[in-house]
Amino acid sequence: MNPFHYSKPDSVQDAVHLAGPASQFIAGGTNLLDLMKENVTRPEHLIDITGLPLREVRETEQGGLMIGALVSNADLAWDPLIEQRYPLLSQAILAGASPQLRNMASTGGNLLQRTRCYYFYDASVPCNKREPGSGCPAKDGLNRIHAIFGASVQCVATHPSDMCVALAALEALVHVQGRAGSRVIEFADFHRLPGESPERDNQLADDELITAIELPAAGFAQYSHYLKIRDRASYAFALVSVAAALDMTGPIIREARLVLGGVAHKPWRDKAVESFLVGKAVSRETFSAAADALLQHAEPLEHNAFKVKLARRAIVRALSDAALGGQA
Amino acid sequence: MSATTPDAAQSAFARHPLRITLNGQRRELEVLPWTTLLDLLREQLDLIGTKKGCDHGQCGACTVLLNGKRVNACLTLAVMCDGAELTTIEGLADGDQLHPMQQAFIKHDAFQCGYCTPGQICSAVGMANEGRAQTTEQIQELMSGNLCRCGAYSNIRDAIEEALPACRQQDGQGGGQ
Repeated sequence: MNPFHYSKPDSVQDAVHLAGPASQFIAGGTNLLDLMKENVTRPEHLIDITGLPLREVRETEQGGLMIGALVSNADLAWDPLIEQRYPLLSQAILAGASPQLRNMASTGGNLLQRTRCYYFYDASVPCNKREPGSGCPAKDGLNRIHAIFGASVQCVATHPSDMCVALAALEALVHVQGRAGSRVIEFADFHRLPGESPERDNQLADDELITAIELPAAGFAQYSHYLKIRDRASYAFALVSVAAALDMTGPIIREARLVLGGVAHKPWRDKAVESFLVGKAVSRETFSAAADALLQHAEPLEHNAFKVKLARRAIVRALSDAALGGQA
Repeated sequence: MSATTPDAAQSAFARHPLRITLNGQRRELEVLPWTTLLDLLREQLDLIGTKKGCDHGQCGACTVLLNGKRVNACLTLAVMCDGAELTTIEGLADGDQLHPMQQAFIKHDAFQCGYCTPGQICSAVGMANEGRAQTTEQIQELMSGNLCRCGAYSNIRDAIEEALPACRQQDGQGGGQ
C-alpha cells in the first residue's frame, strides 16, 4: 500500500470540501484497501467518512425508505423493514460477499465497488479501466466472467454487486452531495456503460459523496426473488444473477421488473421485456419467451457463451420462483 | 502489500492516535495511516494468534471481533478503529477457562494444521452474537467467509453447532453486545 494522508471529517460539508482528484472517501474499505494493496488504486489522501451521521434507516413521507450511506450491508439485509417490505434487497445482499465483509461494507460503498476483472486487478498488464488507452487484454483473453451485454471495444468488464441488481429492480434513488450542492440520481443512470471511457464506472464527480439510497414504496414483497448462479455454493461473485419482481392480480402480471447481474458493466435491465410480461398470465412459456427476447441482444465473447444459456434458465427460474411467492 | 514502508517515505506522514480497548485492556497507541489492524496486532503488539492468510479478505484467517462484530482485520485500517472495543482469539478465554467455542473445537478435533482456527473461532463467536444461525445449513452459509484448506469443515460445523447455545447464553462474552 502506498503512503497516504488521512483525515476524518465530522460533517458531509467538510468531507466534500476535502475531496479532490487524488483523494478517496473510505467507509468499509473492503474493496478500496484491497485495490490499494494491489497498487490498482494509489490515493494520496484517504477521507474517512465513518464519523458522518449517515447510519439511519427511516421511513419517507412517500411510503418508502431512506437508507443512510453508512448503514452496513449486514445491518441493511437484516433490518426488519427491509426484510418485510423489500425481501428482494435482503436476499441480494445476503447472496454477496461473506458475513465479515457484509459487517464492514457500507451501502454507499457497495455501489462504488469496482470490477473483479482479473486484468483490471493485475497492475502488471494493460487495462483501459485502470490505465486509459493502454488496451484491453480481456477482450481476446480469458473472458469467462466478462460481459455479454453493453461492452465496448475498450472494456468488457462487469459490475460485481448483487445489492445493486436488486436496487435497480426496485428503482432506487441515489442521493449525493457535492461542493456545489446535492442531487438525486435515478439508479438506472448511476452506473455507466464503458463506452470510450471505461475508467469511469459511474456518474459521480470527484467531490461528490453518496449520502443515502432511497427506496420507493413499491417493494414487490409478495412476488420477488433474487437468484444467483456462481462457481461455488457461497462466497463467490455471480456468473449470472437475476432480480425478478412481479405485481400480480390472480395469475395475471400487472407489473414486472427483471434485472440481470454479472453480465454487464452495470445492472442490466430491459424495459421492453418487462412490458412484454405485463398483462400476460404466469406460465413457463411466457417466462421462456421473455428470456429469449432479452437474450437475443447478447454478444458473448470467446469464453462466456455459456452465460447466455445460463441466463436464459436463470431468468425462467427466478420469474417462476417470484410468481410462487419468492420462497422457492 | 508489505507491512512497512521505507522510513524516508514515512517521515512526511503523520502518526495518528489510536485509543482502543483490546481484549479488555485500554491501550493508547500511535499508528501510521496505512497500517492494517492485522499488521498492528501481529507486528507491533505481538498478538500473533490472528493469522495472515490471503491478506485480501478472501480466507477469513484474520477474523477478529470489532465492537462485537466479526470483521477481516486485513481489510481494516487500524487508524479507523479509534474508540473501538476489539477482541482477538487471545481475549476469548476467561483466564484458564476456555470460551465454549474453543472447548468445542478441541472436543470435535475441528482442525488439522490449525492455521485457520483462530479466525474460525472468532467468526463463530461473531455469528453467535448475530443470532441468525439456527440450522446446520445456516451455520454452513454464515461460516462461508472462513476457508479451511485442510478441509476440516465437517468437524468445524459440528463444533460450532454444539457450542452455539452456550455462546448465546454467554450474553456479551467475547465482545458481543
